[in-house]
Amino acid sequence: MKMPRKWLNEFVDLPLEEVDDKAFAEAMSVSGSKVEVTEDLSKTIHNVKVGRILSLEKHPNSDHMLVAQIDVGGEAPVQICTGAWNVHVGDLVPAALHKSLLPNGVKIEKGKLRGVESFGMLCSLKELAADVHDFPYAEIKAAALLNNYHPIDPLKPSISPNIQSGDRIFGKVVAAEVSSVENVGVILWKCGLALGCETVTPCQNIHVGDLVAYNTEKDAICTLADLHAEQKEFPNCIEDGILILHEDCRPGDDMSLLLGRDDHVVEFEITPNRPDCLCMIGLARETAVTFGKELRLHEPVVQAKAGGNIADMAKIVIEDAALCPRYTARMVKNVKIAPSPAWMRERIRNAGMRPINNLVDITNYVMLEYGQPMHAFDFSCVKDGEIHVRCAKEGESIRTLDGTDRPLTPSMLCICDTERPVAVAGVMGGENSEIVGDTAMVLFESACFNGPSVRRTATALGMRTDASSRFEKGLDPEGTRKAVDRACELVELLGAGEVVEGVIDVYPGKKPQTTVKLEPEKVNALLGTDIDEGTMRKILMDLGFGLEGDTILVPSWRGDVEHYSDIAEEVARFYGYNEIPTRFSGGISTAGGYSELQQVERRIGEVCRSMGLDEIITYSFISPSYYDKIRMAPDDPRRDSLKILNPLGEDTSIMRTTILPSMLEILTRNYNYRNKEAALYEIGRIYRKRPDGLADEPKIVSLGAYGPKMNFFVLKGWVETLLADLGTGKPHFTQEKNNPSYHPGRCARIYVGDTEIGVLGQIHPETAANYGVDAELYCAELRFDALFALRGSIPVFKPLPRFPAVTRDIAVVCENTVPVGDMVEAILSGGGQYLKDCAPFDVYTGHHIAEGMKSVAFSLTMRAEDQTLTDEHAEETVKKVLQILKDRFNAVMR
Amino acid sequence: MKEMMQALREASIKAILNADDAESLENLRVKYLGKKGELTAILRQMGKLSAEERPVMGQLANQLRSEIENAIDQRRNELSAAMLEKKLERETLDVTLPGEKPHMGHKHPMYNVLDQIKDIFIGMGFEIVDGPEVELADYNFTKLNIDEGHPSREWTDTFYFTEDSRILLRTQTSPMQIHAMETRELPIRIIAPGRVYRKDEVDATHSPMFHQIEGMVIDKGVTMADLKATLNLVVEKIYGKGTVTRFRPHHFPFTEPSCELDIQCHKCGGKGCSTCKGEGWIEVLGAGMVHPKVLAGCGIDPDVYSGWAFGMGLERLAMGEYKITDLRLIFENDVRFLEQF
Repeated sequence: MKMPRKWLNEFVDLPLEEVDDKAFAEAMSVSGSKVEVTEDLSKTIHNVKVGRILSLEKHPNSDHMLVAQIDVGGEAPVQICTGAWNVHVGDLVPAALHKSLLPNGVKIEKGKLRGVESFGMLCSLKELAADVHDFPYAEIKAAALLNNYHPIDPLKPSISPNIQSGDRIFGKVVAAEVSSVENVGVILWKCGLALGCETVTPCQNIHVGDLVAYNTEKDAICTLADLHAEQKEFPNCIEDGILILHEDCRPGDDMSLLLGRDDHVVEFEITPNRPDCLCMIGLARETAVTFGKELRLHEPVVQAKAGGNIADMAKIVIEDAALCPRYTARMVKNVKIAPSPAWMRERIRNAGMRPINNLVDITNYVMLEYGQPMHAFDFSCVKDGEIHVRCAKEGESIRTLDGTDRPLTPSMLCICDTERPVAVAGVMGGENSEIVGDTAMVLFESACFNGPSVRRTATALGMRTDASSRFEKGLDPEGTRKAVDRACELVELLGAGEVVEGVIDVYPGKKPQTTVKLEPEKVNALLGTDIDEGTMRKILMDLGFGLEGDTILVPSWRGDVEHYSDIAEEVARFYGYNEIPTRFSGGISTAGGYSELQQVERRIGEVCRSMGLDEIITYSFISPSYYDKIRMAPDDPRRDSLKILNPLGEDTSIMRTTILPSMLEILTRNYNYRNKEAALYEIGRIYRKRPDGLADEPKIVSLGAYGPKMNFFVLKGWVETLLADLGTGKPHFTQEKNNPSYHPGRCARIYVGDTEIGVLGQIHPETAANYGVDAELYCAELRFDALFALRGSIPVFKPLPRFPAVTRDIAVVCENTVPVGDMVEAILSGGGQYLKDCAPFDVYTGHHIAEGMKSVAFSLTMRAEDQTLTDEHAEETVKKVLQILKDRFNAVMR
Repeated sequence: MKEMMQALREASIKAILNADDAESLENLRVKYLGKKGELTAILRQMGKLSAEERPVMGQLANQLRSEIENAIDQRRNELSAAMLEKKLERETLDVTLPGEKPHMGHKHPMYNVLDQIKDIFIGMGFEIVDGPEVELADYNFTKLNIDEGHPSREWTDTFYFTEDSRILLRTQTSPMQIHAMETRELPIRIIAPGRVYRKDEVDATHSPMFHQIEGMVIDKGVTMADLKATLNLVVEKIYGKGTVTRFRPHHFPFTEPSCELDIQCHKCGGKGCSTCKGEGWIEVLGAGMVHPKVLAGCGIDPDVYSGWAFGMGLERLAMGEYKITDLRLIFENDVRFLEQF
């Protein structure tokens, strides 16, 4: 919401000299109306003056430029070159002088144009960041000047190059030399023609000596359109040029005043609970209380002398009272559409809207002033004079004021006559009842519509308007009457029409008065303050609340207030949030800290990082196609994912039931970025459908890596280290050939005891290929809940060995298929009391080893706790181990 | 004999001083002091001496022996010191060459910031709680005093799993307030960080998934003064001592009164610059007193208990802390990004 401070001063005395923009923004922000930005409009334009053209000469070195001497209020005239042909001696024009700034950011300095000095620039509307709505008279019409004619085909000119004044061009159109030009009104010039007659024209680009095309029948000088000519045939006869001012101004006046830019604009961010602050009066009320000033409000007075009564002319029926709690209407006869006065245009423009014409401007002005959106219907287009507020019927549609045909659905509330919709309620009017130049009778609508309904309709139609964005927050139904009266008052003030007596006011949704009990002790208890009751009462009364004893009467526009905590906020806002003390009231202290689960999760992160893995964060949602990408079996139950019904896109449309695609996506991205290696981890959730529609959201520890140092055993080492750190007890690994995501020969399931922890391995080359990666990718997926459940308790100290250990290496030959892990387990469990460790250190096939066999070497570590181990004991142990290997695995010593 | 010893002394000391390695030194020791050495040869002639002379000469000979031994030892020490010096000289390294770095893993920058915040709150007696992301609309909206018509419930803003808008992806961590009030014993001091989801297209400042931290205190006699004291302390821990704060009224359906906490722009000191978009202040978090309706809805008597709550966005905090300019980097997980922190 943009608030011009000049307009604010109508309601609250708060001149800029007393409170500058920064102080204003600070005070308003901390009282609850957050200021986004303030702008000093006068700083956007500098040194642009009103100038009077004293003389115009042809530029000596250019056939399309003019050299003007301009009176800008100084002692000597200023010389400015211009390419515009629409100026005349005596015209008042905006002149940007040396070292000036234009609103579009352009800086003007003196310079030479084709050798002639120019001390500034004459400005068009566009260069002043304005348009014809700001200066309605400034539309430029251009005559076709025959002296500027350039035939498209030089060999076949439509007009003879030798044409003379008096020659016929076609029909009743003759060539005529202009002998005099005199301004005779707003955009009207009287031209004397060498034919011996005079004519009045709105064309601005005519000067003495020009040869024009004159239609003797219509008594008019022809434009390009009249001659059916193309622009390129008359390159300098364009409908653009310098703004010729018809304002109450004199040479030397500052243009910023004429443009209404001697103002400061404050832009507020208004929270959705305060639609009452989306207007001047609401903001003025907040301003007045913030600065302790008086709020001056005006009661609209309507003369209504047009005769007749609206009750006899129109009928209003609300068919859906839930969506339209109130509909108020007044009638205006003998409407005269015209531009609205400068003061109104200026306020509308500085508040961020565009002036259009008096009627439209009045509705917008009232909306900006009261916060109540209004609509004006051409009443002659309302069939049978009846307004029906109802939802659209199946198949109905409307062409809205922006010229778009919009199909309507039965959820959309519309304003209809007896036959068809004439407006989408609270959103936009229809073209079929639009105010046009010859509109004579206008029905002003000032209504209240259900907020969510307007919002949904506006969203569905894809057109959020100034009106709908107010309605959607829920407006005060009490506000409609005053707004429509204000509109009618302005109609009378502007002479835009005659107001008919009477008001139609259908009000099915009147709300009871909201009351809240004033409980100062509760307010203080909530705030931690000691504010006295008198202060509270004053704040509330200043804000427009009523007080009857201890009963607070909440004003109708404050639908957000219904509870003592709301009263506490009102009090706190103006007592000052920053005046509330800061102190700890104590209470019962709580221990705080990480839970054991959180500690384990943190520890896993620490271990991963100590092993060199970087942490990643991935999206919880994926594309269903990712299941194919990781080659998940078509009947895998994990394909049954929670599905987002309104996803942003396919790629983020289902909740992942496996974390693998997320890791693969990040590995792929790093690979594609040509990072030569990556080692990553994430502790992330997966989402499993539950019968109640919600999800189990277990966490998975996801590891992933690629790079020159990676192989299966590096990955396995990470997992083993992690499990060892958590003290889970020794894991065992079984070959997993059936996980389609992983390499069938390089994948293992991980168990601790009977509990499956997860899976690890090299990603299947085809899976990798699905991601466009031709490198070896390694991943592990570990269940966090299992890791947590299996975590060890606090370690108990074991005495360090006092006697040296003895090692013996042995090598055996066995069948290739025997898992070494099984052999190690057997050795350790059957090796006897002295065997402390068994580490396989070489597996060999090939030369000297029979086909289908392999040689496995183990290093055995043996030690006695109470003495230095004797050779006999060591030999005994080795024998035992060899026996086990022979018995269990048919492995014989090499 | 005395003269002979004197001659031997001079000759041997000279030779020893000239020895330039350990081997020649050993040869000299054998030559002078060995069983067949020159000193022994002289001593053999002791028999020819008188009984008076013999002890005198013996003493002189012993003295000479120890002189020669000392000289050898001294020379040996000199030589080994020189050798060591040469060895060290040879071993000299270019210390400007780079070290061999162990590969360290890195915590994600956003979780660095999150852990910092967790630690701050834990120090103040808070616990950390976690909850579901697939959530009931009841918890995400209704019980938080967000009524049926509220725009945030629209399908254009929130991801839904059921046609009846009953189950959704939580749009905020605030449902954790409800879960905590319904399941925990009073008093409650919790923070609840986690993932939240909104229907925003990905760009430099938006992501359909992002993180929030919710915090809540429920106890007897809790006031807005507590809220201010706690959050001021937190902000000081995050942004440094002396950070100027400002509490500004705001609106959240589930707190009343509600506020936003701004810190004075550290770059311009409040004058207004590009960092603070000219406002002089930077918005940090939203907070407020838990709405009595919300308390009552969770079975907590608002006449006995009160509470305050806050919520803040983690991404923006991390981006501010590390001057990260594009939110997409956070979820891209490029190791060149991750390893900067």
